[in-house]
Amino acid sequence: MIYILTMLALLVSLSHASYAEEISFHGFLQGNLSARITGEETNNPIESGDFLSGEEKLRGEVTGSSGNSDFALKIDFVHDSISDEDRIDLREGYIDYRSTNFDIRVGRQIITWGAGDLLFINDIFPKNYSALFSGQPLEYLKIGSDAAKISAYSDIVSAELVIMPFFEPYTFPDPERFFLYSPMMVKGEDVPGKELDNTEIAIRLYRQVGRFDTSLYVYKGFYKIPGMKPLSSTEAALFYPELSVYGFSMQGYFANGVLSLEGGYYDSMDDKDGDDPTITNSTARYIAGYSKQLWTDFTASAQIYGEYMQEYDKYEDSLLSLPPGFPKTDRLHQLITIRFNQMLKYNTLRLSLFSFYSPDDEDYFIIPEVRYNITDSMWTTVGLNIFGGEDSTTFFGQLGKNDNLYATIRFEF
Amino acid sequence: MSKYLVLVSIILFSYMLSPALLHAEDATDIVKKSQNAFFYPGKDMQARVKMTLTGKTGQQRLRELTMLRKNSDGSDQKYFIYFHSPGDVRGTSFMVYKYSGKDDDRWLFIPAINLVTRIASRDSRSSFVGSDFTYEDVSGRDIESDNYKYVREDTLDGKPVHVIESTPKSSTEYIKKISWIDKATYIPLKEEYYDVQGSLYKVFTAEKVDTVGGLPAVTKRTMSNIKSGHKTEVVFENISYNVGLSDDIFSERYLRKPPEKWIK
Repeated sequence: MIYILTMLALLVSLSHASYAEEISFHGFLQGNLSARITGEETNNPIESGDFLSGEEKLRGEVTGSSGNSDFALKIDFVHDSISDEDRIDLREGYIDYRSTNFDIRVGRQIITWGAGDLLFINDIFPKNYSALFSGQPLEYLKIGSDAAKISAYSDIVSAELVIMPFFEPYTFPDPERFFLYSPMMVKGEDVPGKELDNTEIAIRLYRQVGRFDTSLYVYKGFYKIPGMKPLSSTEAALFYPELSVYGFSMQGYFANGVLSLEGGYYDSMDDKDGDDPTITNSTARYIAGYSKQLWTDFTASAQIYGEYMQEYDKYEDSLLSLPPGFPKTDRLHQLITIRFNQMLKYNTLRLSLFSFYSPDDEDYFIIPEVRYNITDSMWTTVGLNIFGGEDSTTFFGQLGKNDNLYATIRFEF
Repeated sequence: MSKYLVLVSIILFSYMLSPALLHAEDATDIVKKSQNAFFYPGKDMQARVKMTLTGKTGQQRLRELTMLRKNSDGSDQKYFIYFHSPGDVRGTSFMVYKYSGKDDDRWLFIPAINLVTRIASRDSRSSFVGSDFTYEDVSGRDIESDNYKYVREDTLDGKPVHVIESTPKSSTEYIKKISWIDKATYIPLKEEYYDVQGSLYKVFTAEKVDTVGGLPAVTKRTMSNIKSGHKTEVVFENISYNVGLSDDIFSERYLRKPPEKWIK
């Protein structure tokens, strides 16, 4: 309802405005290719063979402003060379209204919260892990939310309220193109319906505390990673249980570097007792990260991420009721990440390495990458996505056969 | 014996009269005044900045940005930098809270994913956006970081100047810097950097100094790396002082949504 009212209010205010004052056009042309280098072929070699992605993309961006309002439209026209299909993606498309102490943004918009680097707790906004795993430019890990965002500012505390009427789960790799583990055959998906009751709400309150950027978060909505409900002994349906998150984040200067701390309580609303094996148990999650420049133009960062399950005994008991094949998770699941970044040749050449490692799952994901700015308007990246682990049932372990080499070239205009 | 004393007295006296000793006390003061004239003019500043980076082979790269600066208490400052070009950084904003005597706070806004994050690059000698200028060259070096020596009085392009030698107290990539500071405006007109081998490797030149709102303003400057043949020319266009920037410009709100009124 608030969404509709805001839309109406905006339309009325905009009907008086004209965007003739300032309009600008920009965009890019991009080619991106990612090929599996393990030699393994999926069950459907005709679909993709060795290729995980192969796309030509034309981005058009139009922005305009008039008085207190402005708009942005960012559209990707994509040709998928693997399937030989064309598609149009609305990357972002929103209208802003600005006032002295508050702003409103309505439409598809990318929102990023939290203090993690490729790790998220309080950022529950849509993501595309398929893009990350197949070496697309990092920005494509994030997807726009169709939302209304109201921001209020004051000296004491500022706030953001995001209202998302349409549920958008995280995008995971397509089994047609990736080797993935599934304990059961997936038959169907039960997505929260387009009903007002299913509107997701996310709130962030923030201010500076000392030299730290500090935020508090509340989210009411759904898990973005699906659970599996068995339909028979071999088949299951995906579904998205209700979730509330309460969390905080802090980021600031500490001992010649940047310290990042984030925490959140994932309250599993559909399984408060923790005895439903198909629903993720409530967890306490945390990130502690530190980043420091070790020498000129070289930065090193490390993070530790953890998920601590609340009702572990009940989870263990409930596993017995599931068909065999569902992997058992530890009470504490942790990830360690390392990032190295070296800039060379007047910042035109960047060597980077990002790696995930889980000491309990014993799996890893390593991304070495070289980026070179050929000219001011053209850059290219070449990198590797290397996955693996002790078991083929863990998050990164299941991707072990998908090691890939990727390359991107982009011309900006 | 008395003859010897007289000789010593004469030597001592003439030494005391030499400019080196005469100005020994105030070399630091001159640098202080120079920093004030160069990095702190006005209560605030707004400028459109065009940087041209030229490589040894003549290949050029351009960076265009808007720089907003506000002086806070003491020698603390706030900077807001918005990038207009090149395309891969268009819309990116960079914010610095600069403190005297302690490390800066630095933020970066990446528009493609609407992310505001702190950045860990602490090293003030790092290149500023890939140019021959370092962060320090843009926002000033801590006055306590160097020892200063008055070398001589001189003239440069017909202007009377103080020539000051600065030596870093802790190791950095240069061991000595010679500055030619305009006696009238205290603007550094030229600076030479000497590397650890003692040879000249970088030269700063204030090529054009205008007067804006009654204050001297370097509107064109270059930094040339003699050894690599790389050069950066920086032109400040539409520079204005005392425009009335408020503190709230330097906040997360405007990092995410740059203040159009000021960045055009």
